[in-house]
Amino acid sequence: MTRLAELRKKFAEQPWELWTRQVAAILRMDLRKNFLSRRGIWIYLLAFAPFVVITLHAIFDRAGASSIHTDTEVLAGIFQFFYLRFGIFFGCLGIFTWLFRGEVIEKSLHYYFLAPVKREVLLLGKFAGGVVTSVTLFGLGVFASFAMMYGHFGPAGQYYVFNGPGMGQLGAYLGVTVLACIGYGAVFLMLSLLLKNPIIPALLVLGWETFTPVLPSLVQRFSVTYYLKQLCPVSIPADGLMALFTVVSEPVSIAAAILGPIVLAAFVLALACKLVRRLEISYVAE
Amino acid sequence: MSAIENRIILENVSKFYGEVLGVNRVNLSIPPGVTGLVGPNGSGKTTLMNLITGLIRPTQGRISVLGISPDKPEELFRRVGYCAQFDSFPKGVTGFSFVYNTLRLHGLDDRESTRLTFESLERVSMTEAANRKVAGYSKGMRQRIRLAQAICHHPTVLILDEPLNGLDPMARAESLELFQALGKQGLHVIISSHILHEVDKMSDQVILVSSGYIVAEGQIHAVRTEVKEHPMQILVRCSDPNLLASRVFAQDHVVEAKLNDDGKGVLVRTRDADAFYLLLNELVVKDNIAMDTVAPADDDVNSVYQYLIGAENKTI
Repeated sequence: MTRLAELRKKFAEQPWELWTRQVAAILRMDLRKNFLSRRGIWIYLLAFAPFVVITLHAIFDRAGASSIHTDTEVLAGIFQFFYLRFGIFFGCLGIFTWLFRGEVIEKSLHYYFLAPVKREVLLLGKFAGGVVTSVTLFGLGVFASFAMMYGHFGPAGQYYVFNGPGMGQLGAYLGVTVLACIGYGAVFLMLSLLLKNPIIPALLVLGWETFTPVLPSLVQRFSVTYYLKQLCPVSIPADGLMALFTVVSEPVSIAAAILGPIVLAAFVLALACKLVRRLEISYVAE
Repeated sequence: MSAIENRIILENVSKFYGEVLGVNRVNLSIPPGVTGLVGPNGSGKTTLMNLITGLIRPTQGRISVLGISPDKPEELFRRVGYCAQFDSFPKGVTGFSFVYNTLRLHGLDDRESTRLTFESLERVSMTEAANRKVAGYSKGMRQRIRLAQAICHHPTVLILDEPLNGLDPMARAESLELFQALGKQGLHVIISSHILHEVDKMSDQVILVSSGYIVAEGQIHAVRTEVKEHPMQILVRCSDPNLLASRVFAQDHVVEAKLNDDGKGVLVRTRDADAFYLLLNELVVKDNIAMDTVAPADDDVNSVYQYLIGAENKTI
């Protein structure tokens, strides 16, 4: 039997159905915690702050001083500078570092560890819960901001969305949001398993994501934003230093830009699986 | 079934928390039945239980639970239930959902999970409080709901860390009965407790732990016999205590023979219990002394604990 056939056989023999049920059970418990916890209110604020600002803009711009073209660029700026580099980044930091660290601080991790769940399945279940939470919050935030931005233009806005490039742009923004949550989420989950206080390394990641554009293109490929900004549907006119954050010097294909964060996340999650295998319950030390 | 598949085995297991000793060079082979784990606070009982269940990993040594390594929780917890001492619960859970969610994590469907949840809640008398939030439970109720979670999947190994803490006398009696019944069914039931007379009552064997070391293990009578430096105390009630006292006092192995205050018995301290029992047989025949009762007076966990670990560590 060839090695490939052996692998395929081994793959088929795994208890996928059981793992799916266990992931579903973890998801059910974690989603409730993620969405309803009081300590997550700031993440709601992060996700919907642009919507509030755009709503105020819509209210005070009844005279029609702005144009669809200008507001499209403003929305692109909000997405790239606020959501991608700040909101989703810190939102994912809050959500994903809390998945395991929060259980340790609340002394409830043993509840999961005392069940017959493969640690890797537990990690993936919790990661899936984090992705669903972050994508829902930030996806809704982006959608609401988009709807408000074009809604206040009335029929012209509707035409832009349904007969112009609007719908495609919305799809791209939502797609990038999903990829950002997956990419950042995996990194922060891994960091939370590696270190007791993941804030300082998270700030280092933020620095890395911000300043990789000035590094060689090969190094840039280890950055989540390197791929994501190529997928943003509207380019922002930027001069001087700002161009560093928006211009991609050596772009990759669309497919590579989509696969990049996914491959990065898979690699980081594989490392996280190794860490969670060795994780011990030591509440006293927390 | 091979011995390894029917025993909990620890081979040369040590656990250090940095430079602090948890347990050191532990060798155990625990058979089915009720095993009492006894020792003062900080002696390493919880560390041992956490090692057996894989919540912590040994610094060195090897552990096998019915042939399964604790490194494989996906296999281990199909057969093991652990009622840990952690008095914390996932936020917002009710008694029902606490047990039910555990069963869903086992991969069971809604119907089977619901059925097993109610079954285990009933076993610990928690059905009525099932829909209340655990945060509002009393200490005893929290203890019982943890026990329900530990037994809900019908484990073959049940590990209980101080399971009687916070229980009222009625619930204590019910729990003791439950543990003994589970032990008689051939389960491994490992119970740590500070309440020595309760350990004595329910355990088939005991493990005495002190400062991270196993001081003694086995059936309590066998352990007591091994404690040579403390003479065995035997209380004899008979027709002529004075004569008995004078006869036994002449023996080399008898350290002390004290008449009871009521004048109807003699408390004998001997270094050789077997020789003493033989002597009693002779006295019955030769001196025609009628024996009412002959009972070891310090053949229990409490006495063994006192002798081996010492009164200063007693934390009842």
